[in-house]
Amino acid sequence: MRSMHKTVLAAACFALFASAAHADAIVKIDGSSTVYPITEAVAEDFQKSTKGAVKVTVGISGTGGGFKKFCRGETDISDASRPILKKEMDDCAKAGIKYYELPVAFDALTVVVNPKSKVSQLTVAQLKTMWEPAAQGKVTKWNQVDASFGDANLKLFGPGSDSGTFDYFTEAVNGKSKASRGDYTASEDDNVLVQGVARDAGAIGYFGYAYYVENKNKLKAVAIVNPKGKAVLPSEQAVIDGSYSPLSRPIFIYVNEKSLEKPEVRQFVEFYMKNAAALTSEVKYVPLPAKAYTANLEHIAKKKLGTVFGGEADVGATIEELMSREAKL
Amino acid sequence: MNQKELAVIRGTIRSNRRLDIIFAVAGFIALLVGVMAFVTLFAQMVYTGWERLNPDFFMNFPSRRAANAGILSAWVGSLLVMLVTAVSAVPLGVAAGVYLEEYAPKNLITDIIEINVSNLAGVPSIVYGLLALGVFVYAFGFGQSILSAGLTLGLLILPVVIVATREALRSIPIHIREGAYGVGATRWQVVRDHLVPYSTPGIMTGVIIGMSRAIGETAPIITIGALTFIAFLPPMPISGTAPFVNFEWLWSGFTVMPIQMFNWTSRPEEAFQQNAAAAGLILVFMTLMMNGVAIWLRYRLRKSISW
Repeated sequence: MRSMHKTVLAAACFALFASAAHADAIVKIDGSSTVYPITEAVAEDFQKSTKGAVKVTVGISGTGGGFKKFCRGETDISDASRPILKKEMDDCAKAGIKYYELPVAFDALTVVVNPKSKVSQLTVAQLKTMWEPAAQGKVTKWNQVDASFGDANLKLFGPGSDSGTFDYFTEAVNGKSKASRGDYTASEDDNVLVQGVARDAGAIGYFGYAYYVENKNKLKAVAIVNPKGKAVLPSEQAVIDGSYSPLSRPIFIYVNEKSLEKPEVRQFVEFYMKNAAALTSEVKYVPLPAKAYTANLEHIAKKKLGTVFGGEADVGATIEELMSREAKL
Repeated sequence: MNQKELAVIRGTIRSNRRLDIIFAVAGFIALLVGVMAFVTLFAQMVYTGWERLNPDFFMNFPSRRAANAGILSAWVGSLLVMLVTAVSAVPLGVAAGVYLEEYAPKNLITDIIEINVSNLAGVPSIVYGLLALGVFVYAFGFGQSILSAGLTLGLLILPVVIVATREALRSIPIHIREGAYGVGATRWQVVRDHLVPYSTPGIMTGVIIGMSRAIGETAPIITIGALTFIAFLPPMPISGTAPFVNFEWLWSGFTVMPIQMFNWTSRPEEAFQQNAAAAGLILVFMTLMMNGVAIWLRYRLRKSISW
């Protein structure tokens, strides 16, 4: 009896370590929570279309956390709600990892107020008055932004500083990424921001378009005056024609060049580009023009490696311009 | 004793009785705060999530459509991680507890170890996650797997198991030890044949308390790289061909219930809140089940002990 136990135990140990080297057809994806709903939708349909022959896993580590894993070669694809930064480019270069940068959709950062609020449009300068670091503790009433807004208390809601949304908004509004006043209610959970703005008549907040669409009955979107002087409400149309500026941004996936040599990853990326337009709308993001997706596939075919941003944040570039830029590693 | 003194004494008694009642009421209110908070939360979850509880919810993978989304990969993941946690933490914890209580010499080093064990129980769980990321995931090369997660949570509950083991051992009457030694048993025989069997109910309680904590942990699991979307199950542990059992599932990627819940609560669509509530309900139910099993086991084992 005793010796049988030992045999089983030995077999178990053997099986444990013998299986360590086992490899499956898996596509590993990690990164931004903003891009996650799109990638999840693609992964779901892709797995169905291959009848489970290829497995896809998607994690949420944030854009920065995703790039850390990506540049260590742990993931095949990285979801990113902003372009890769200089430091991350260096990390990838050090590890010998080359990549394709593929824009997959637009996200329109939406500024919302309570439905009772009189405010219906704002200029970027007015947003800056509210959100710039210098406003901390000083700008506390709506009439300090504009006399016509009344003397209600200004209550600010926004995402936390780890978020790509925060990075983009501060860059677009305050002119410097991560420069923001600190005395606002911050939450990584956008539903908390929705609740906050919905409950307070003097509240204003910003987050991704999808959260506004799902909560239209509780919130009022603010039209943003674009560089041409026209106040534009966020909408699919306004994002595509570029008039909702500067708060619309492209979001990306980054694909490891080596991984793309594996048939399952290539298959997945091709599936992504073919189905992105339909799935993007379904999860309430704004799809790119159809030619952008075909351009992505052409870029892969032509081995257009690297990023077109050079490690810098970039506000207000149109998708056509991005697609035609030279890419660098 | 005159009437006046009697009245004073009666007054004292009355005011003391009043204090009694005041404390009873205050205590009851204190109890209500805790219980009502739980009942309200639970009722809210039942109310929101009830209609999502159908067989499909258990058998479906996550999905972008709230109505099709299920918790299959999450509950299987949670179960497997808990299995690894139990298998790793129980032998280690019990052995450490027995050593500290029965074998360790009483000196400064033992004291330091004891203090550290108690302190470990209070270390924030994210710290274990960071440690595990460095040790299990990278140094040992276990990767972002069920094995890494199970071992991480095993470390997390180790102090609880050790402390519970020691408490259980201490509650065994000294006569048992003395009797056993008196008839010539060695220390190992005493431990194996008497102390460990008799303290099993207490140890079980500690293990289950630890496991109940571990099953709800999110932070360390996210730190070591649990997935959010995973629409397949780990490989089956039993197969039709030799060697029939395999442990490939240990190396598989995974997600767990709290992560699935968290992901759903942060979704924009209202319908996902229902899913989150339903998943929360299942998680509470899983914890209750574990506690139930612990109580049942303790009862069974206690009955079989006759001193």
